[in-house]
Amino acid sequence: MSNPAEASLPNDPNVRGDVALEDPVEGRESLVRGNLSFHEITEKVLAVNEKPVAQTPNAFKAAIAFAGLGFAGFGGYVGYLFWEGPGIWGNNNPVGWAWDIVNFVFWVGIGHAGTLISAILYLFRQKWRTSINRYAEAMTIFAVLAASSCVALHTGRIWMDFYLFPLPNQMGLWPNFRSPLAWDVFAVNTYLFVSLLFWFTGLVPDFATLRDRAKVRWRQLFYGALAMGWRGSTRHWVHYEKAYQILAAFSAPLVLSVHTIVSFDFAVSQLPGWHTTIFPPYFVAGAIFSGFAMVQTLMLPARAWLGLKDIVTVKHIENMNKIILVTGTLVGYAYAMEYFVAFYSGNEYEGFTFINRSFGPYAWAYWTMVSCNVISPQLFWFKRIRTSVTWSFILAFFVNIGMWFERFVITVTSLHRDALVSSWEYFVPVTEPLFLAGTFGLFFFLFLLFVRFFPVIAMAEVKSVMPQANPHWEGYEHGGDHHANAPAAATAGGSH
Amino acid sequence: MTALEKTPRIWGLLAQYEDPHAIYKACEKVRDEGYEAWDSCTPFPVHGLDKAMGLKPSRLPWIVLCVGLTGSTFMLWFQTFAMGNLYPMIVGGKPLFSLPAFVPVWYEITVLSSCVTAFLSNWILSGLPAPHHPAFNSKAFERVTDDKFFIMIESQDPKFDLEKTRALLQSTGATTIEELAS
Repeated sequence: MSNPAEASLPNDPNVRGDVALEDPVEGRESLVRGNLSFHEITEKVLAVNEKPVAQTPNAFKAAIAFAGLGFAGFGGYVGYLFWEGPGIWGNNNPVGWAWDIVNFVFWVGIGHAGTLISAILYLFRQKWRTSINRYAEAMTIFAVLAASSCVALHTGRIWMDFYLFPLPNQMGLWPNFRSPLAWDVFAVNTYLFVSLLFWFTGLVPDFATLRDRAKVRWRQLFYGALAMGWRGSTRHWVHYEKAYQILAAFSAPLVLSVHTIVSFDFAVSQLPGWHTTIFPPYFVAGAIFSGFAMVQTLMLPARAWLGLKDIVTVKHIENMNKIILVTGTLVGYAYAMEYFVAFYSGNEYEGFTFINRSFGPYAWAYWTMVSCNVISPQLFWFKRIRTSVTWSFILAFFVNIGMWFERFVITVTSLHRDALVSSWEYFVPVTEPLFLAGTFGLFFFLFLLFVRFFPVIAMAEVKSVMPQANPHWEGYEHGGDHHANAPAAATAGGSH
Repeated sequence: MTALEKTPRIWGLLAQYEDPHAIYKACEKVRDEGYEAWDSCTPFPVHGLDKAMGLKPSRLPWIVLCVGLTGSTFMLWFQTFAMGNLYPMIVGGKPLFSLPAFVPVWYEITVLSSCVTAFLSNWILSGLPAPHHPAFNSKAFERVTDDKFFIMIESQDPKFDLEKTRALLQSTGATTIEELAS
């Protein structure tokens, strides 16, 4: 019953989660370590949220202040953009799309890991997802918010953005539904909205926990309003679970469709370098790749600082690294295939674009991308590296950089040398780095607030994958005192 | 005893259990006794507890199917109507009714209408938001969202009898039983 490998773990809870268990004979590794009871899970997860506001650690305050400054700076930047127009960017005549779109595709791609974890892994009954899904879903929402602000700003005349939406008007004019740019508006907004509904639905039972444990009035009111009177009734769980399944079932194809439609923004045009049929699957793989890297970047420090190493263990980190390895390899394959098709098509414009991409003026960006995206994830073939927290963090960071450059390479290198040699121009950013920094400010500000006030682990879900959550668990059939030390060895593939 | 006397002032009985196994067995017993106005509350969905309670499957998927299909049909029609009739214009050499180009928006609206319906019907079918419930008066019930499991039987159930129902709950292994004021 209890996993012998579990017994060999160090007692120090700050280390235990960082030790990989290698015991293929005794079955799969525990998803929750340290023989936690249901109540201990609640205590562990809510420790951060329930700390009185006055006792917020100084480092956390500093981080929030720093991110808030970035967010405020972003507001200032938007005002400046509003006042001056897109002339404050380095965009020039052939390069009409640059950092605005690069940032958009970068952020919307990051969101996809959250949906993959919450929806696709849910449908495939990958129980290890329960420890990381809340976190990843929050990341999705804030990333898509950052993405939508980029895409709303890229139009230049921001006050005309309402034309993108199907609003009735006196001219009887509707968006051009045949245009990929209109598809994009629908895709990104649907994505943001559905992610929010999914996230909120998952949060309600955990809000109820915070409400029931609240000691101060404002917490009771705040969490009480969010929990909407949830009382864990089985009559409610019946509807709840169905709704959750349906939201997951619809979000799963959204993972594929949203980035497919984002890739149509490029692929439906006739520009060499953009006009390729491989774009949809290539973009989706890249999105999941970058998203998992961002989950790692956020999760690795957080699990250490928030003391969640028993719930987010090396097993979870290793699984995510494996996904990074697979999608990174897919992305590498797509890069190679683009070159092969450019060569095999015999089209000289296509051929030129790709030669120019790797050996032209933007070769530095191209090779940064290749080394970060193709070479660095290959290190995850080594078990030592993919089970090492430090290595995971470093490599995830490289992937984040590489994926930003991928979008830069696709957007800018395809544009800067167009069919007319006299109009070739080298794009140099002017104020755009502030734009990117501002979106990071927005993202981290919201994310830190989320970590402080919302449960970062889906408690109800984690409890439901523990073995003692099953009413027919063998520990109950044998009777005896199973509460004191119920082995919390939820096996990764164990059935209900 | 008249019906009026039989119906006490209390809202119902609240019994506490310590683990999923205990509440599962208890629910089977209460179900077999023929109670109807009763409920169980758990910190997480206990697998199979709906069957142990004798609950019917949720109607929610059918509602989602109906609204999703309506939203889907509407959006396909609307794109055709807007592009082909309201402001007919050839763009990019595509015909007025260019089905492949309508697929992305058609698809997104199908997803959006289905998801919004699933979200809303979940709360509507459950009667939430509901700021108050008699069980919230109980101090013990605060643990329902943490690690304790509860059964409540309402006094309006025709089979409810304060003593007999209490004895039934006792026999299912409840650790504490309390009366809930309405």
